[in-house]
Amino acid sequence: MDINYRLYKQMFLIRKFEEHLLEKFSSGKLVGTTHAYIGQEANAAGIFDVLDKDDIIFSNHRCHGHYLAYGGDPYLLAAEVMGKATGLVGGRGGSQHIQIRNFYSNGIQGGIVPIATGMAFAEKYIQSKRIALVFLGDGTLGQGIVYESFNIASLWGIPVLFVVENNRYAQTTPIEIAMAGKIHDRFKAFGIDTRECDSMDVLEIREVAKDAINFVRNKMQPVGLILHTYRFSAHSKGDDFRNPEEITSYLKNDPLIIHKKRLDKAIFEQVESDVNWQISDAFLRADQDPFPNDNILKPIL
Amino acid sequence: MTTVLHNLNQGLIRSMESDKRVFLIGEDLLDPYGGAFKVTRGISTRFPERVLTTPISESAIIGIATGMAMRGLRPVVEIMFGDFVTLIMDQILNHASKFRWVYNDNVSVPIVVRTPMGGRRGYGPTHSQSLEKLFMGIPGLRVVAPNTIADPALLIESAIGDNDPVLFIEHKLLYACQLLENGIGDLVDAKIEQFGNINPTYKIHFSSKPQITIATYGYNFEIVRKVVLEVLYEREIFSEIILFTQLSPFNLIPLFESIGQSKRLLTVEEGTLSLGWGSELSARVAENGINNVKIKRVGALDFPIANTKQLEDKILPSHQVIKQAIYDLLE
Repeated sequence: MDINYRLYKQMFLIRKFEEHLLEKFSSGKLVGTTHAYIGQEANAAGIFDVLDKDDIIFSNHRCHGHYLAYGGDPYLLAAEVMGKATGLVGGRGGSQHIQIRNFYSNGIQGGIVPIATGMAFAEKYIQSKRIALVFLGDGTLGQGIVYESFNIASLWGIPVLFVVENNRYAQTTPIEIAMAGKIHDRFKAFGIDTRECDSMDVLEIREVAKDAINFVRNKMQPVGLILHTYRFSAHSKGDDFRNPEEITSYLKNDPLIIHKKRLDKAIFEQVESDVNWQISDAFLRADQDPFPNDNILKPIL
Repeated sequence: MTTVLHNLNQGLIRSMESDKRVFLIGEDLLDPYGGAFKVTRGISTRFPERVLTTPISESAIIGIATGMAMRGLRPVVEIMFGDFVTLIMDQILNHASKFRWVYNDNVSVPIVVRTPMGGRRGYGPTHSQSLEKLFMGIPGLRVVAPNTIADPALLIESAIGDNDPVLFIEHKLLYACQLLENGIGDLVDAKIEQFGNINPTYKIHFSSKPQITIATYGYNFEIVRKVVLEVLYEREIFSEIILFTQLSPFNLIPLFESIGQSKRLLTVEEGTLSLGWGSELSARVAENGINNVKIKRVGALDFPIANTKQLEDKILPSHQVIKQAIYDLLE
C-alpha cells in the first residue's frame, strides 16, 4: 500500500471517529466523557507506521487516535464508549481504559509511565526484542513518578520510548504557566537521548519516530520523543477558553490538509468515502449491541 | 523451632529457585545488608540477576513491578517501612488492582508487595504505623498478614502464585517470633481449627464453650494469646480467638459461628481505632442479625505514634487494655 495513501487514510479515520463521537456527546446520545485527538493525528499515524506489530503501547486518557493507529477496530471502540458488552473490555473501561493485544490505556496522568517501563524490562529479560512505548502529554510532566521512571529506565537500560505529545495545554492551563525549563532538558538530566519534532507533517514525524524507535530497539536504551503539536478541539467535550485567533493560526498546520496535497483528488475522495462509511457502520452496529449483564457482579473472595 | 523471619526468607528462596519469573525488587536489598529487616538476606548472592535494588522511588517501583507482572513475570516488591505505603497508593488503587477487572479479565497482575508494619520499637510517628486499613476494601487487591500459626513461607509462596496483587503485611515484632506448634507451649490446652486452604482463618479454642470471641491478626495475636491464657488460668474465662490471615476480602463465617456461641466480640488491631478493621467486623456482625451481641474494639488511640516509649505504650493497644476490655465485656 502506498505510504501517502496509508497515512492519509489513518489520519482521516481518527479525525472522523473523533468528530462522530463529539457529535454523539453533544446531541446527548452518549454520556460520560471523551478526550478528542483532533489535530494530533499525525503523531499517532507517523509513530505506528514504523512500530513493529508486536511492540507494546501504553496510552493515556487521549487514547482513541493511538488505538486506531495501532490497527484497532473502530467498531470495538465505539461499542466500548457506548458501554456495550461487545466493547473492547465489555463496557468496563470506556473511553480512557481500553486493552487489546499489546495495547493498554489508563486515565491517570503519569501512573502508566513506570508500568510501561516495567513491561519493557520484562521484554528485555526474555530477549523478545519488543520495545514499549508510553504516551505523555505536556501536562503529565508535572507528575513526580515520571522522573522516578526516567531515572530507573536510564539506570537499568530499559528499552522504552517516552513519547511526549506537547499540545501546549494541560487541560486549560498553558504550558507557559505550568512548566519551568525545557522538555528535552528533563530527559538530559537523566542521561536519556531525545528526538524532537516541531511539525504537524506526518512524514516528518514518521522519520523522527523511526529514528527514535530504531535507537531504543538497537541500543536497548530509553529515548524521549518530543512532538510539538496542537489540538484543535477542547480538552474534553467543550469549555474551550483558548484564544480563537491562536486556534485559527494553528489550523493552517492541519496535518490532514498538509498531507492531502500529496494525493490525487480521486484517491483522497475514495479514502474519505470509504472511511465515512466505515465509521457510520461501526457506530450503527455498536448502537444495536446489548449492554453487559449485571450477573458478572458477584462477590470475589 | 524457626522464626517468622527465617521462614519468610526460606519461602522467598524456594519461590526464586522453583520459578525463574520471580524477582525481588526494593531498596537496599543487596547483600551483605540484605534489606532493612533482613527478610531478603542472602538472596541477592544466590540470584544476582533477579534481585533488583532500587532508588528511593516506591511509587515507580510498584509501577515497574506491575508492568513486569502484566508481561509474565512474578515480581515481589519490598517497601522498607509500611509507613511508606502512602507513596504507592495510586499505583495500587488506580493501576495494579484495577487492571484485571477493568480490562475484562484479559490481563492479570501477579505482584506481591511485602512491607513491615507496626510499632512498639520506639521508631516514632513515621516508622511505626499499621496502615493496612487504608488498603482493605480495595476491589482486586488481597491483603494478607502472616502470624505464628500459619506457615509464613507457604503464605508468601501462595501470594507469589496468586494471579492478583497481594499486599503482604509483616509486623516488625513478628520477625523474631517462633512459629507455634500445635499442642505444645502456649497451645497445650488449645484446639486449632483451620478454615480454608489458601490464606486460612484459624479458630483457637480452649476446651469449653467460649464466653468471648476475640478477632485479631498478625503480631497482635501474640499479645491476645498471652492475655487469653492469663484470664483462663486466673479467672477461668474461656475465650475463642478468630485469627485472620486474609484481611481483605474476608470470610466471616468462622467469626459468626463463634459469636453465635459467645455473644461477645472483641476486636484487636494495632491501627488507629476509628473507622478501622474492627469497625467493619462489628458492622458486619450487627448486620448479620446475631442477637444480643456485646461488642468492644481495641486499637491504637487516634494520635500519631509518639517516639517516647512512655507515650507509645499508651497509644498502642497494650496487654492491660486488652485484658480490661475482656473484663468489661463480661460484666
